[in-house]
Amino acid sequence: MASQQAPRSALLEEALAFGGPIVVFDQVNLAFDEKVILTNVSFTLQTGHTKIFLGASGAGKSTILRLALGLLKPDGGRIFVNGEQIDQMREDDLMQVRGDLGMVFQEGALFDSLSVRENVGYKLLEEMQWPIGKADERVKEVLGFVGLGEFIDRMPSELSGGQRRRVAIARAMASKPRILLYDEPTTGLDPITSLTVDEEIIKLRDLEGVSSVLVTHQLRDAFFVAEHAATRNGNAIEFERAEGGKSNQAEFIMLKDGGILFEGNASELRLAAQTDEYIQSFLS
Amino acid sequence: MASRLETWAKDAVLEVQEYVGLLARIGRAAVTPPIYFRDIVEQFDSIGIGSLTVVLLAGLFTGMVLALNSGITLDQFGARSMVGRLISASMVKELGPVLTGLMVSGRVGSGIAAEIGSMLVTDQIAALRALGTDPVRKLVVPRVLAGVVMMPMLSVMATAIGMVGGWIVTVLQFHVASTVYWSSVVQGLYMQDVWMGLIKPVFLGFTITTIGCHVGLRTTGGTQGVGNSTKLSVVASSVGVIAVDFVVTKVLIVLLY
Repeated sequence: MASQQAPRSALLEEALAFGGPIVVFDQVNLAFDEKVILTNVSFTLQTGHTKIFLGASGAGKSTILRLALGLLKPDGGRIFVNGEQIDQMREDDLMQVRGDLGMVFQEGALFDSLSVRENVGYKLLEEMQWPIGKADERVKEVLGFVGLGEFIDRMPSELSGGQRRRVAIARAMASKPRILLYDEPTTGLDPITSLTVDEEIIKLRDLEGVSSVLVTHQLRDAFFVAEHAATRNGNAIEFERAEGGKSNQAEFIMLKDGGILFEGNASELRLAAQTDEYIQSFLS
Repeated sequence: MASRLETWAKDAVLEVQEYVGLLARIGRAAVTPPIYFRDIVEQFDSIGIGSLTVVLLAGLFTGMVLALNSGITLDQFGARSMVGRLISASMVKELGPVLTGLMVSGRVGSGIAAEIGSMLVTDQIAALRALGTDPVRKLVVPRVLAGVVMMPMLSVMATAIGMVGGWIVTVLQFHVASTVYWSSVVQGLYMQDVWMGLIKPVFLGFTITTIGCHVGLRTTGGTQGVGNSTKLSVVASSVGVIAVDFVVTKVLIVLLY
């Protein structure tokens, strides 16, 4: 029902080209009453890259996603998404910014009164006013992408945990957003299902050019996403170890006591673990 | 003790501030696009048609018991033919709207708080916002509109069935002729009473649905929180119905009589 997004200026399009800053946190602070959640957090997510947030429970990882989405407002600092400063934006204006964002919530957060088809097609039909036929086509396409084409008429309660997360990924990507935010998408899943979810994240990044922020506790998944790349070989999609510049497209940020303790790629994180006790204990 | 009182006062002020804030957002969302027509129709069905059975049963038995009690009293004065007048005046002005309000607050108010509360604690509200939907427009406005429009209709039906209940008891128990009963019903009605019976439920429907939505949107603490919200919604909206009934009655008496 919402109006279509206004076309971007050529200048903004250029700024948002591959490698440009698509999400920027500048000295962001947040506290709930007396409890400090984030202190002077600054980072830049470049277009087509992945930021992986690690940290103990309550370190503020999920809060960063909610700030990026405008679900929370910071006490201080600036947040830019797609070239727009969103930290003081009104809710109505944020709806426009969210048009280019997708989020996969911790437990999927599927609408339990809607079928898989309606969940995945929600934004296309309700907010973007797509015709039913066109929306249905896209729903089938994204469900095929996450390997759940045959589950289209099921209700969320009829799906397993892993299937729900994959439907949540399909819902988040249906409107072709350029930024996807994942809030612990593999927590509580078995290793095989987790791997499937990890591969979806890599596919979206490498084949669809989606920039992503991944919050996770699962080191195995974090390193898999950071150190693998997807390539298309005919109809088949292959996953291989990321080499050279590709391995720098995924960066880790470790949070501790509301601040950034470490920022760098997978190899740098492993090196840091040799000198920093906290990182070492986290990675061990 | 003083600090506890201070905390309670602060919480109460915050609650009122949040409620007023929600009312302002509802006002704006109800008159500006996007409007979710499908959800509005769904809520009309859910709140209106869904509450029909309980409201009709409550109205029927209230009319019957009112006839029973008033009939015995009036019979002592040889005025059993006046039962219809008493029932129509009571049902149209007061019992119809208030009983409907209490029934709806039990059924709808709790349902709204539980549904929205569950959506909140399972991140479905956050997901709605992430997908570009304003929860006030999508969830709150349709429920409030349904409450405001359907409550007067439910109240009219409860009142009508209450009169039918009174008629059954008056005819069978007190052996008053049907024509006497119905002409007494009509004699007891004044246009001001009808207006009061139609205007009051609008405010009661607004009170019940806005309290249910407000409590639902303030849910914290998982499934236990949803339970607490449901309970709070029923209590607050039931008390709200009685309180608003008093205020609206007072205002309408000044305006209409």
